[in-house]
Amino acid sequence: MASDLQKTTVAVILIASFLAYTCFLYMSLPIKSYATSNACIEGKKTWQNYNCAACHQVYGLGGYLGPDLTNVYSKRGPQYIQAFISNGTNVMPNFHLSNNEQENLIAYFKNIDSSGKSDPKTFFVHNNGTIEQ
Amino acid sequence: MEPLNNKQLSTPKLYLLTGLILLAVGLLFGISGAIQYLVPDYLKEHFSFEKIRPLHVTSILFWIILGSTGGVVSYLQQYNNQKIKYPFLLKIQYLIFSITILTILIAYIFGFFGGREYWEFPPILALPIAIGWILFIINFISSVNSFRNQPVYIWMWMTGLVFFLFTFIESYLWIFPYFKNNIINDMTIQWKSAGSMVGAWNMLIYGSSIFLMEKISSNKKHGHSIVAFALYFTGLFNLLFNWGHHIYTLPTYQYIKHISYAVSMTEIILFSRIIWLWKDSVTTAKKHFHYAAYRFLLAADLWIFLTLLLAILMSIPAINIYTHGTHITVAHAMGSTIGINSFLLLAICFDILHDTCIPIAVNIKWLNRGYWITNISLFIFWISLIIAGILKAKWQMSASPEPFSVMMLQLRPFFGLFFIAGTIMSIGFYLILYPLIKNQIVCYINQSKIK
Repeated sequence: MASDLQKTTVAVILIASFLAYTCFLYMSLPIKSYATSNACIEGKKTWQNYNCAACHQVYGLGGYLGPDLTNVYSKRGPQYIQAFISNGTNVMPNFHLSNNEQENLIAYFKNIDSSGKSDPKTFFVHNNGTIEQ
Repeated sequence: MEPLNNKQLSTPKLYLLTGLILLAVGLLFGISGAIQYLVPDYLKEHFSFEKIRPLHVTSILFWIILGSTGGVVSYLQQYNNQKIKYPFLLKIQYLIFSITILTILIAYIFGFFGGREYWEFPPILALPIAIGWILFIINFISSVNSFRNQPVYIWMWMTGLVFFLFTFIESYLWIFPYFKNNIINDMTIQWKSAGSMVGAWNMLIYGSSIFLMEKISSNKKHGHSIVAFALYFTGLFNLLFNWGHHIYTLPTYQYIKHISYAVSMTEIILFSRIIWLWKDSVTTAKKHFHYAAYRFLLAADLWIFLTLLLAILMSIPAINIYTHGTHITVAHAMGSTIGINSFLLLAICFDILHDTCIPIAVNIKWLNRGYWITNISLFIFWISLIIAGILKAKWQMSASPEPFSVMMLQLRPFFGLFFIAGTIMSIGFYLILYPLIKNQIVCYINQSKIK
């Protein structure tokens, strides 16, 4: 049976390492620098207020009913996005977004697009199992 | 003194009962959501998927949270052989949680969101949840008489309680511009908290399961053994550092991914132990299979094996680029929440609630049917998601992929299977839940009449 001191030592080491890791991560933000406009910040609010993540993904994270939208801005362009948002599809309802909300949402997509590529084909696999883009 | 596991509808039992009702409701929303994969314009205008999904997820999430709370409090009372220190705090916590959960579900029905995946409700509603949880921590710490020479489940409960609060607060850092104004920062912290939070509630549930296992086997030594603590520390190590496997494809720091990959591989230790103890498990199963609670522990054992195998594979970045963003991830989530969390919580519920008013033994035939229906259909459900995931992975990796809608049409047969298996699984669950819920409600009505 391990003593309380031994168990506490292991727990303290683990938790202290975690807190150090967490603080280091918080302090080393931003991870990537790129311009963020007010429209983009408002667009993010729209994305959350309409719960778009229930169906759509960003970097493969989110819902599965609709497509991943990380790079929809560079692949399809703003007009294509606007057409979908303002009309809906046979799967997606028309949420009746105002013009302002639509523009902000498109600015948000532009911002996500500039942050990186989500296509898994763009990754290179190393022999040790790690990946690199 | 009255025995604690008696026929009264005590507050901890009320947590379990509310959790069970949420599970029943969550299953209905789940079926409704699955229909929308097959008939996309079904309820599209008034009750579309962006409402159904959070209704389903939140109901199940709070089944896990309330079930864990009920389990921890009941077993802590049994362990101490005395009531929890502040029963009124437990009641206040219950009241806060019930009102908040109801408000959240109503908000979703009317389309009020503003939060993020898993916590889609307006952020202000996170405040009562955090306050309720702090009350729980105060009650727990005050009720554990001494932290000297305690069994592993006390450590696990304490860890789960503290880290749930930590990760819950962390999951709301996005409200500050420093975190939210950069998508990569935001998603990194979001999945740091979400990944660790799952580990936190697993600590609560696994802790209660170890207590239950000791109770069934009458072996009090396991909770103090070196092996139990070694496994606990392996779990804690993973809770703290393996969250990065959710974001291998996010352009975040490479070191996050390398740490997560290395730490996740320590789960092989847990996996190997399950294989090593397989023969013993089968022998023990034969001995205790007549206990309803044990049966669910056994089913969870099988699901831990399957889910852990999938999790280890998905934690290898070279494999993860294929599985990420596909239904294989959903299969993993369903295996964990249904096969592990829900089965373990049902085992705990059967142990704590089995003798309330009408003995469960009266309904044993229906319970048996429910048990087998749920397990077999869950396996078919899980396999259909994995096949759908493999096909989506193939599509994602294709040099010239067809449009998304065409790919979704090709997956439709597997969504059909997923819907049928999910519906049958829900029927199985209802056969299990009906006697449990009915017993508690009958008991409540009887209590009211006496008063």
